[in-house]
Amino acid sequence: MTGVPLAWYLILSAVLFALGLAGFLFRKSIITIFMSIELMLNAVNLTFIAFSYQLKQVNGHIFAFFVMVVAAAEAAVGLAIILTVFKNRATLNVDEVDSMKY
Amino acid sequence: MQQLWLIPALPLAGFLVNGIFGRRLSKAIINTIAIGSVLLSFAWALKTVLALGETRFSEHYFNWIVAGGFTVGFDFAVDRLTAVMLLVVTGVGSLIHIYSIGYMEHDGGYARFFAYLNLFMFFMLTLVLAANYLVLFVGWEGVGLCSYLLIGFWFHKKSATNAGNKAFIVNRIGDYGFSLAMLMIVVQFGTLDFSTVFGVAASKPDAILTTIALLLLVGACGKSAQFPLYVWLPDAMEGPTPVSALIHAATMVTAGVYVIARSFPIYIHAPSALDLVAFIGLFTAFFAATIGLAQNDIKKVFAYSTVSQLGYMFLGLGAGAFSSGIYHLMTHAFFKALLFLGAGSVIHALSGEQDMRNMGGLRKKIPVTFWTLMCAAVAISGVPFTSGFFSKDAILVAAYHHAPWMYWAGTFTAGLTAFYVFRAMFLTFFGEYRGHEHPHESPRVITIPLMALAALSLAGGYIRIPVWLEKFFPAAEAPEEFSLVAISVAAGLIGIALAWLMYIAKPALADSVASRFGALYRLVYNKYFVDEIYDAVVVKPLVAGSRVVLWRGVDAGLIDGAVNGVGSQSQGLGGWLKLFQSGNIRSYATWVVFGSVVLVVALSLIGAAR
Repeated sequence: MTGVPLAWYLILSAVLFALGLAGFLFRKSIITIFMSIELMLNAVNLTFIAFSYQLKQVNGHIFAFFVMVVAAAEAAVGLAIILTVFKNRATLNVDEVDSMKY
Repeated sequence: MQQLWLIPALPLAGFLVNGIFGRRLSKAIINTIAIGSVLLSFAWALKTVLALGETRFSEHYFNWIVAGGFTVGFDFAVDRLTAVMLLVVTGVGSLIHIYSIGYMEHDGGYARFFAYLNLFMFFMLTLVLAANYLVLFVGWEGVGLCSYLLIGFWFHKKSATNAGNKAFIVNRIGDYGFSLAMLMIVVQFGTLDFSTVFGVAASKPDAILTTIALLLLVGACGKSAQFPLYVWLPDAMEGPTPVSALIHAATMVTAGVYVIARSFPIYIHAPSALDLVAFIGLFTAFFAATIGLAQNDIKKVFAYSTVSQLGYMFLGLGAGAFSSGIYHLMTHAFFKALLFLGAGSVIHALSGEQDMRNMGGLRKKIPVTFWTLMCAAVAISGVPFTSGFFSKDAILVAAYHHAPWMYWAGTFTAGLTAFYVFRAMFLTFFGEYRGHEHPHESPRVITIPLMALAALSLAGGYIRIPVWLEKFFPAAEAPEEFSLVAISVAAGLIGIALAWLMYIAKPALADSVASRFGALYRLVYNKYFVDEIYDAVVVKPLVAGSRVVLWRGVDAGLIDGAVNGVGSQSQGLGGWLKLFQSGNIRSYATWVVFGSVVLVVALSLIGAAR
C-alpha cells in the first residue's frame, strides 16, 4: 500500500474521538456538546473508511453512509430540541436543564 | 329399570322447593311437600323391595369420574341389606317428619327445618343406595353436613353451634380413615365398585384387607359414635328432638354399622379387625351404659343409650353375626326413635324442661306419651317378645359363640341398660310432680307417630331380619340356647327391678348409694372426664400450637416476614438506584462513557481469554 499507512489514520481518528469525548464530558453549552458528538461520529467514520480501504471491502463505506444519515437526522431533531430548550429557559447550560429527575 | 333414583330424588325435590321458596309458603304447603316427598319415597322404596328377590338390582346413571383405566360411575343398587336400610330410613323418617309438624309448630325456622330434614333424607338414601364406595361417601359426608346443620339449628344458642362444630370436627377424624380406606381400595383393587371389590377380595393378602378393614372401622367409629370418637353424639342433643330421633338415633349413626356390614367380604378375611370391631363395640356399650346411669337430662340418658346400643350392633358384627347387627339396627331404630320422640313429647308438654329432677308423676297427665314410651322402654330392656328381645339376644348368643366373656359383659350391660332406661321412666312418670309447668298432652300429630313406633317397638322383632338376610351374609353358627337367652332376660328384669327399688320403693336408696360410692359416682356423673381429657390432650395443645407456631411463627413470622421483607428490600434498593436519575445530563454522559469503557474492556478480555 502506497501513501499514508493505516496506523496514522487510526491515530488521527483516536485523537479526534478523544477530543469529541472530552468536549462531550466537560463542556456546558448544549451546542458544543452537540458538535462534540458529531466529532466522535466523524472519527468513527474515518476509522470505517480507513479499514474499508485497507481491506478492499465496501462494507465500511456503507456503514459510513449510515452514520452520516443518522447524524443528519440527529442534527435535525437535536437542533429543534435545542431551539425549544432555549425558548423555554433562555439558557443553553446543560447543568441548568435538570428537571427530568426523580 | 326400577328407577331407583326416584327414592332419593323425591326428598331432594322437597328440599329444593322448601329451601328456596319455604319462607313464602304456608305451613300446610310446606308440610305437604316435605312429608309428601318422604312418603312417596317410602312408597317407592316399598315397591322396589317387594319386587326384590335374592339378586340385586343395580342401575348405572352416568360415569362420574373417568381417569385412565379408573372409572367411578354414579350407580345405585338395591340388595337385601339395602332393602332393610331403605325401609327403616324412609319408614321411621316419615313418622318423624309427621311428628315434627307438631313439635316444630311454634318455631321460626319451620321451612328451614323441613328443608334440612329432606336434605338429610336425600343424602341418607344416597348412602344406602350407593353401589360403590365413592357414591356412598357422598351420602356419608352429606348426612354429616345435615347433622351439623340440624344440631346447630338453633344457631343463636352458643352451645348448639359448639355442639355442631364438635360433631363436624370429630367426624372429620373418622372420615379421614374412611378416605384412606377408599384410596387403599383404589390402589389395591383399581375400582370402588362393591360387586367388583367384594368379588376379588378373597384373592388379596390378608394384611391389606386388614388395613382396609381397620381404616373403614375408624370411619365407622366416627359416624356411629364408638369409643373413642363417641364424644360428639351426646352433645348433638342440642338439636331439636326430632333430629335427635331421626339422625342421632335411628338412621345416620347406624351408617357405620351399615358400612361394616356392607363390607363384610373384606371383614371376614380380616379376623383381627373383626375382633377389634367386637371389642370396641362391647367396650362402648358398657362404657356408655355406665355414663347413662347418672345423667339427669332425659335426652342425655337416651343419647348415651344410643352410643351403648350402637356398641351392641358393633358387637354383633364383630362376632360375625352380621345379620343380628342389622336386626338390632332396625329394632333400635324403632324403639330409640320412640324413646327420643317420647322424650320430645315430655319436653313439649313441659314447655322445654329437660331435667328429670323437675319431672315426675307425669303418668296421669300425659298418658299416651307414658304408655308409648313404656313400650320403647320394655323393648330396649329386652323384655321377652318385644323387638329388642329378639335382636339383642341374637347378638348376645352370637357373642357367646365368639367368646363367652363377651356374652357375660354384654349381659351385664343389658342389665345396666334396663336400669337406666327405667330409672328415666320412673323419675319422669312416677312419684310426685316436682316441676312448675302445667303439663298438657301433646296433639295427635305427635301422638300418632308415637303409637305407630310403639307398635313397631313391640312387634318389630317379628320382622325376621336374620331370615331375610340368611343367604346374604355368611352363616354364623349360633343355635338358640335357652339358658343364654334366659340369663340375659333375667339381667334385664333385674335391672328394671333395681330401678324400681331405688326410685319408687325406697327413693332415699339412690342418694345413699350415690354418696356411698361418692368418687365412683362423680366419675360416672362427669362422664369419666373424657371431654376434659380430650380438651387437655388434644384441643388445648392444638390451639396453643396453632397460635404460637402456626400463627405467630409460620404465618406472621415466616410468610408475612418474607412478603414484607421483599417489599422493604426492593424499596431500599430503589431508593439507592433513584439517585442515579439526577436529571444532570453530564452525569448521564459520564455513565454512558464509563459503561462503554467497561463493555469494551470486558469484551477485549473475553476475546483475549478465547
